[in-house]
Amino acid sequence: MRRENLAPTQITDIMKRPFSPNRRFVERIGFAGLTATALVTTLPIVGTIVYILIQGAPAISLEFLTSFPRDGMRAGGILPAIIGTLYLALGVSIFAVPLGIAAAIYLAEYASDTPLTRTIRIAIINLAGIPSVVYGLFGLGLFVLFLNFGTSILAASLTLSIMTLPVIISTAEEALRTVPQSFRTVSASLGATRWQTIRRIVLKEALPGILTGVILGLERAVGETAPILFTGAAFFLPRLPNSPFDATMALPYHLFVISTQVPNMPVQIQYGVALTLLAFVLTMNLVATVIRSRARAKRQW
Amino acid sequence: MEKSLTWREFIVTRAIQASGYSAIVFVALIFFFLLREGAPALTDVKLSALFSARWYPIEDYFGVLPLITGSLVVTIGAMLIAFPLGIGTAVYISEIAPRWIREILKPLVELLGGLPSVVLGFLGILLVSPFLRVFLDLPTGLTAFTGSLLLGGIAVPTIVSVAEDALDAVPRSYREGAWALGATRWQTIWYVTLPAAKSGVLTAVMLGVGRAIGETMTVMMVTGNAPVLATALGSWFAPARTMTATIAAEMGEVANGSAHYHVLFFIGIVLFLISLGVNVAASSVVFRTKKRAERILS
Amino acid sequence: MHKIIIESLSLQYSDGTESLRDVNLSIHQNAVTVLFGPAGGGKSTLLRCLNRLNDLAEVKASSGRILIDGENILDPKIDVIALRRKVGMVFARPVPLPMSIRDNVTYGLELAGEKHRATLDEAVERSLTLAAIWDEVKDRLDTLAVALSGGQQQRVCLARVLALQPEIILLDEPTSGLDPISTGKVEAALQELKKEYTVVLVPHSVQQAGRTADHAAFFLQGELVEYGEGKSLFTAPKQKKTEDYVTGRFG
Repeated sequence: MRRENLAPTQITDIMKRPFSPNRRFVERIGFAGLTATALVTTLPIVGTIVYILIQGAPAISLEFLTSFPRDGMRAGGILPAIIGTLYLALGVSIFAVPLGIAAAIYLAEYASDTPLTRTIRIAIINLAGIPSVVYGLFGLGLFVLFLNFGTSILAASLTLSIMTLPVIISTAEEALRTVPQSFRTVSASLGATRWQTIRRIVLKEALPGILTGVILGLERAVGETAPILFTGAAFFLPRLPNSPFDATMALPYHLFVISTQVPNMPVQIQYGVALTLLAFVLTMNLVATVIRSRARAKRQW
Repeated sequence: MEKSLTWREFIVTRAIQASGYSAIVFVALIFFFLLREGAPALTDVKLSALFSARWYPIEDYFGVLPLITGSLVVTIGAMLIAFPLGIGTAVYISEIAPRWIREILKPLVELLGGLPSVVLGFLGILLVSPFLRVFLDLPTGLTAFTGSLLLGGIAVPTIVSVAEDALDAVPRSYREGAWALGATRWQTIWYVTLPAAKSGVLTAVMLGVGRAIGETMTVMMVTGNAPVLATALGSWFAPARTMTATIAAEMGEVANGSAHYHVLFFIGIVLFLISLGVNVAASSVVFRTKKRAERILS
Repeated sequence: MHKIIIESLSLQYSDGTESLRDVNLSIHQNAVTVLFGPAGGGKSTLLRCLNRLNDLAEVKASSGRILIDGENILDPKIDVIALRRKVGMVFARPVPLPMSIRDNVTYGLELAGEKHRATLDEAVERSLTLAAIWDEVKDRLDTLAVALSGGQQQRVCLARVLALQPEIILLDEPTSGLDPISTGKVEAALQELKKEYTVVLVPHSVQQAGRTADHAAFFLQGELVEYGEGKSLFTAPKQKKTEDYVTGRFG
């Protein structure tokens, strides 16, 4: 007898338990407790966001977003950090997006259930679980030192790409799998090769889901600090990077630096940076949510 | 069929196949490069010295035990907070909440998962730790407990989403069967739904542990960074230093190829193996239950 | 004249479901051949062998030969894509691809590399007319095909197959979801089609089998029980099992 499959006698046993006269009361208390738990979990999220918004908003100005830091970063703007974050996101888009989508296509459309496929899946789960700072070590060992890219945008975005890969692969695979099998059968019966079916039907239909995955992946990459610590992040740069082999400032690292390494840092600037970073992340999150729900509403199958 | 079509098909198929295999290649590469830079630690530093209780690299003391206990204390603390909150929220979302509340809560929890850890660390420094110092009357607010608190918040989204999937996957007929026999919804949750989703809940917790133990920026910013061996419960309310934070804080300042450098990579290997273990265990739970479900069905 | 010759064909799926056992059958050109019998008898499986669509399913073991125009299409070396263009298929549930009516019809041709706009337009009109739906959709060719009614969708699916100018058309219970009027239209179209094509139909009822069959084959649990002229098979079956099924004693 497995516990999952309760026999009717067990269930009636349950109902003969001592508290059974007060069953309704217990239920009400229990539900209230769970509701409180959910509130305890979610209210701080809203609180955090609203608080940063209120504290950070006064710091945001055109000058803050478009000029260089001054006075040892205690004044001026954060342009190099914003641009650097955009460069890193661009790098991840270039490396991780095509590779991740292709890998998802392999898993959803080509791979059958073999030991090799299972190994790939375990590898992906592992990639998703490896601590971000270990990615940083790996990037340092492979890209910065072994391949001699130096501390650079290139090394940092490659490191972030590998870290982002599992997010993109698993969401894209899920999106591909929701496309009805009948489309594939019909397409094949009309003389399509496997790739023709994927390109003309499956990818087109799965696009919103894939896009959601890509954005969530980029969101993660944009917010990470540990992987770029030793692979591409610069403490301070008086100019913008002008090649992929330059180090760069980045918003999350900048927030880390000004909140722990710089004495007498005006709190307002710190909140301003936090808000800017949050704006990046929230916008991407919002876009992903909108794409997902609009696609769901538009879908005809 | 035209030749070009066959060729294109062939090349595309190979490219897609290679991309599929890439995940394995990356895991292998990561392990290889960690080994390459970290294995020399075993020749640089005696094994007994490596597993001693003193971490003070400037004087060549490379005992990793304080770091391991630091990670343990912070992680266990985080799970004590995140487990009830995460499972409770998952049960609430999947079993109790009306539809419209669910539609609000799910993206909110997802959002928490997307918050950069450096932002949480920043708030930890500015808000949480001063509050805790006064509230708990501690000499400093930067303690393992502060880390646990924030880390709990980071682990919650992982736990909620995996556990909620597991609860969702419990067939509706199980619940209806229990209701039909007169069980209240509360009893159904406790005695039918949760036990049926038990393996998924277990996976959720394991992945939560994996997430917590690997978290870097938040803990580095709020735990006070004192590599002290944790021995008693009091250690929870004292400054600590995790493995991840040690790597992040010190790697920037070491000379490449020095003993210190190798030891930091060695810690990386330990972290890699821990996450490997946690994730393989978590996924094997998932695979095993899936197989059993298939067996029941056929 | 036999278009398709099936020689001792056996097949089994990996999950142990529906299979075929030693089927021998010769299918006539320019006629409607009906494969009928209770569910799970192997009709659809046989149909899916004829255009190698079973390649997409998990097949455990198969043996035997299927000759189309004398060529064994089960030979792994044959060009499956070309085969599927020559042997078109209409499915039980109409599955319009997520695109416009016009694009649905030209899909197969475009896959084959046809880019000439005039050729495509000509094919659209010709095949939609053959499928008896041209008049209903000619003014809205660029609307999504899913917006049509089930009966219209199914005829667009038929037109989609006809656009490729196949030699053989396989229909797997093409009218199972349709109302009687749409069913009548599809059946009428079949009678037109057989003048040019070889038609193999799995009907959704014995009545439909009787109405449409020039030749009929009765399948039971993966075996071919009886095969003959449509008229004689339904009025004077030779086998007891066939008689029981045709007269409604089981199934």
